[in-house]
Amino acid sequence: MIDLGPHETFILFAYLGVALVTFGLIGMVAIDARRQKARLAALEAMGVRRRSTGKGPKP
Amino acid sequence: MSLDTAKPMNWFDRLAHPGQFLIWSRRLIWPLAIITVLLFALGLWYAFFNSPEDYQMGDTVRIMYIHVPNAWLSQFCYVLMAMSAIGTLVWRHPMADVSMKAAAPLGAAFTAMALYTGALWGRPTWGTYWEWDGRMTSTLILLLMYLGLIALWRAFDDQLRAAKLIAVLTLVGAINIPVIKFSVDWWNTLHQPASVFRAGGPSMPPSIYIPLFVMTFAFTFLFLTLHLVSMRSEVLRRRVRTLERKQASGAAK
Repeated sequence: MIDLGPHETFILFAYLGVALVTFGLIGMVAIDARRQKARLAALEAMGVRRRSTGKGPKP
Repeated sequence: MSLDTAKPMNWFDRLAHPGQFLIWSRRLIWPLAIITVLLFALGLWYAFFNSPEDYQMGDTVRIMYIHVPNAWLSQFCYVLMAMSAIGTLVWRHPMADVSMKAAAPLGAAFTAMALYTGALWGRPTWGTYWEWDGRMTSTLILLLMYLGLIALWRAFDDQLRAAKLIAVLTLVGAINIPVIKFSVDWWNTLHQPASVFRAGGPSMPPSIYIPLFVMTFAFTFLFLTLHLVSMRSEVLRRRVRTLERKQASGAAK
């Protein structure tokens, strides 16, 4: 790692904060996607289907 | 109509139809995610190992490589929401309110990161974390608008009805975007005027604007990936809600 000079703390905290929020955002979006797929699969497994749903491609 | 006589869908139908959207968007997610990771790897390498310190800012210029992309996305995301709002109100495009709803939490996060990194850059450079100047105050208002719109989406059970109201409010709030953009020209502010997108090109050497552009593309691709996945989740959430209603009405009979 290069020398970040007298303001190293500010630089590192800026990157750390952005990394935390970014990974949090990715995690939140990924968990929501997985949850919706699981809920839909569970309903379809119970035989609840939309009128237009045939044996189409999976979402 | 039989399958043989059915007309093939044009590109607009494929874009507008939620079922078709789920099919074509699935193929885009991994390529977008891979491009995002590669751009971040390149951008961070530039930011920490292959860019000089600025003659005025010193090493705090490295905060710019994350501040500017987040500030750009805070506005880009709102412009996308405003365009989606037009799609909802004018064309009643089925995917427009899905796009609008999916973008709001992402926009809020990028705006919060722009304010956070701006404050950490401001303290060593200006001597203060915060100043109530035009650019910073209008960006804070943008964050509050995002949070308000997210709260409104959650307040309504009927998402179709919510979309119309939120589309109107989003368009009214879009007046804040030119205010943010031109605040540095209209008022005497602590925030510096445009230095990247301006007539005559960027006011910085390539050793600084190259990492800045790479990181801007990295964050933009991150946004596009997350927005696409969030839109897919929203389509599925609506399907789940429809099926749950169907299941409940079937159980009631």
